[in-house]
Parts: sequence; C-alpha cells; structure tokens
Amino acid sequence: MPKLSKGGIMSVLITLQDVTVQYGASPVLEHVNLKIKHGEIVTIVGPNGSGKSSLLRVLTGALAPRTGTRLHAAGLKIGYVPQKLMLDHTFPITVRRLLDVPWPISTKDAQAVSELTGISQLWDQQISTLSGGQLQRALLARAIVGRPDILMLDEPTQGLDQPGAAAFYQLIADLRDALGCAVIMVSHDLHVVMSASDRVICLNGHICCE
Amino acid sequence: MVYFGDALSHASILGVALAMAFGVSIYIGVAGIAGAIAILLVVLTSKWQSMDTILGVVAHSFLAVGLIAASVFGTGVSIEAILFGDILAVTWSDVALIWCGVVAILGIVAARWRNFIVATVCDDLAASVGVRVKLEQFILTLCLAIVVGVALKTVGALLITAFLIIPAAAARSFSKTPERMAAVASAIGGVGALGGLVASYELDWPAGPAMVAICALIFVVSRLRLRADV
Repeated sequence: MPKLSKGGIMSVLITLQDVTVQYGASPVLEHVNLKIKHGEIVTIVGPNGSGKSSLLRVLTGALAPRTGTRLHAAGLKIGYVPQKLMLDHTFPITVRRLLDVPWPISTKDAQAVSELTGISQLWDQQISTLSGGQLQRALLARAIVGRPDILMLDEPTQGLDQPGAAAFYQLIADLRDALGCAVIMVSHDLHVVMSASDRVICLNGHICCE
Repeated sequence: MVYFGDALSHASILGVALAMAFGVSIYIGVAGIAGAIAILLVVLTSKWQSMDTILGVVAHSFLAVGLIAASVFGTGVSIEAILFGDILAVTWSDVALIWCGVVAILGIVAARWRNFIVATVCDDLAASVGVRVKLEQFILTLCLAIVVGVALKTVGALLITAFLIIPAAAARSFSKTPERMAAVASAIGGVGALGGLVASYELDWPAGPAMVAICALIFVVSRLRLRADV
C-alpha cells in the first residue's frame, strides 16, 4: 500500500506530463496532463477514436508516448482488466488457472479474490463458456490478486445489459473500499457514468473537461 | 504459430539446398535459414498488419527458391527425401543432435512458460506486468526454428507441420489447462512416432507418413470422445 504523504495529502500514483501519442500522420492524443491519486475513481469517457484506449495503454505502460513523460510511484502495482482476451475459444484454460496468470497463487489467495468478486462457483469452468459478466468478474478477480495500487479497466461494461453494468459498477466501488486502490476506467458511453466516480474526464484527442 | 512452423519448414528446403551446394552439414544450412526466417517474420509482422499474408509470401517464395536451388545445384539427395524425410537413414550423430535440440527446447520453454501464457492470454495485460510480447514471440519462433532444424531430416518438411498441429489438436479434448494440453500433446506425439515406426517396420509403410497417420487417428478418436461428452 502506498503511504500517504506527511500532510495527509493523497499521494500521486501516476503522472502524465504533456503526453502526445501518434500513429501514422495524425496525433491520437495531444498534450495530455493527468494525475492519478491514491484511492480515487476516475472515469475516462469519449467517443470512438478519441484516444481512450491509447491513454489507458500509456497509463499501463504498454505504450510509450511519442513525446511527454509518464512518471509513476516507486513499486506501483497495476491490476489490469482487459476488455477481452486474445484467446480463441479452443484454448483450454479454467477460471482457476486464469487466476494464476502471470504468477501462481495459493488456494487461500484465490479463494479470497473469488469471494470478493463472486466467482467461487466458477473455478472449474472454461473461460470460453463464461457469460460476459462472469468473464469480467473473473478478469477482475485476476487483477486484484496481489493487492494492486491501481485497477485499470478497459470498457468493462461493454456487452453487459444495464442491470449487469450497474452491478459491476457497484462491485468496483465495493472493491475500492475494501482494497483502498485507485480505479481508472474507460467508457465509450457518455450517458451512463458510474456514480461512484470521483472524477470524470472527457477525452477527444485531448482532455476536454474534467 | 502453427503457420510459423509451416513457413519455417518450407523455407528450410532452401537451407538444405544451400548446405548441399556449399558442402556443409544440412543442419547448419537449415538452422541458418530457419533462424533468418524467424527474425524476418518477427520484424515484418511488427511493421505490417496481416501476419497471414506475410507468412504465405515468405513460406512459398522460400519454398520456390529452395526447389530451384536444389535443382540447379542438383546433388545426390532427392527432393522427396527432403519433403518427406527418411527416419531410417538417421545416423547416431543425428540422434545426438535431436536430443540436444530436445533438451534446449524443454529448457527454454520451461523457463519462459509463464511469460508465454501471459503473452498468449492478452498483450496489454502482459505489458501491464512487464512481459514483452515481441520478445516472447521471438523466443517461441526461435524454438520452432530449432524444431524444424533438427526434425527436417527425419520427419520431412511437409510433415513437420502435421506434427506441430495434430497432437495439439487431439490433446485439446482431454485438457482443461494449457499445461495439461502441452503434456498430453507430447504424449500423443510420442505414441504417434512409436506407432509409426512399428507400422513402418512391420508393414513397410513410409515412416514419416505412418507417424502422422497415427496421430491423425488419435485426433479422430478424441473428436468422437468430445461428441460423446456433449
């Protein structure tokens, strides 16, 4: 767990300074400045092609910005929840085995994260047979193994119906309270934003509003 | 990855032809060409999008050039032997080389297994835990190059791909996790190889094709089992 700084001010986990990302001729992200603080929930919304996914990939460290810098707290642990997996449906992997990606964990730890996310009954199921909501919860369980400082979710409610999305948002909020981690979430839906968000960032190539 | 193997084995024919032309061991020729292809494929796919296209272009141009080279430099070894291999012509030094290849690959795969799995599951997830997908791809491709290099003389260029695909496909029905699939696939490949040898000895079948045919039979049985389960 990151420590609070002296005056009780929330510590900063990740800082982006004047970040620009470019594929080919036109820039996808321009002059983005962003600070993610300990324990806060940040939702990034924007239309398709607004650079949301690129921004998230810069935040995870998967994508190096063309210009600008990404600073992060020492020993920062990221729990990443991908939008979907690259596996085709024939790849054999159970929910329990997924929790062991990338490193094997003890049965006790696996039980703990499974109870938090409600997937204890699904351990023996193949990933390919899960519903959208079940898969998201399994990916979430995997991400909170090792108590990350920050959870990053890429369009987590895409493909879920409204009650499903609401339940998932509630789960995220509960997890934040239980684990004390920051949450950063990307969504294309401008109308339905998680009510527990501390900050909402509108993105369209640059940060339009906060 | 399956087609990576295909491309490598096709391209290795050029390696054989060049090795014979320059009078060096065919293992050196094959390993050299397979390694070069591995690097070429990884580099090209990072710049261009469609992996399938690149594989098709590389595999078949190297195959064509290899066949031309084999014909121009024409030496004693027949094309048929390269395409289908000849397990009965294997010498003890070949066997030793194959074992070295086996040990090397087992070592590499065991050391990189976790990274391979993460990179397979999701590239962004891999990046978030510090696994470099390109590097893992490259290592896996080099492993394939080693497989193709040591197996070419015994199994033959056309059937190496079969050995890469069929046991794994058959193992799928019996596997719940990737580890188990790898173990079962190896076992099926082993059974196929032994069975093929026996068939070759008893029935005078060509050895390589007999091995693949037995693996294919196991695949059919595994499919039936899958249907019975549903």
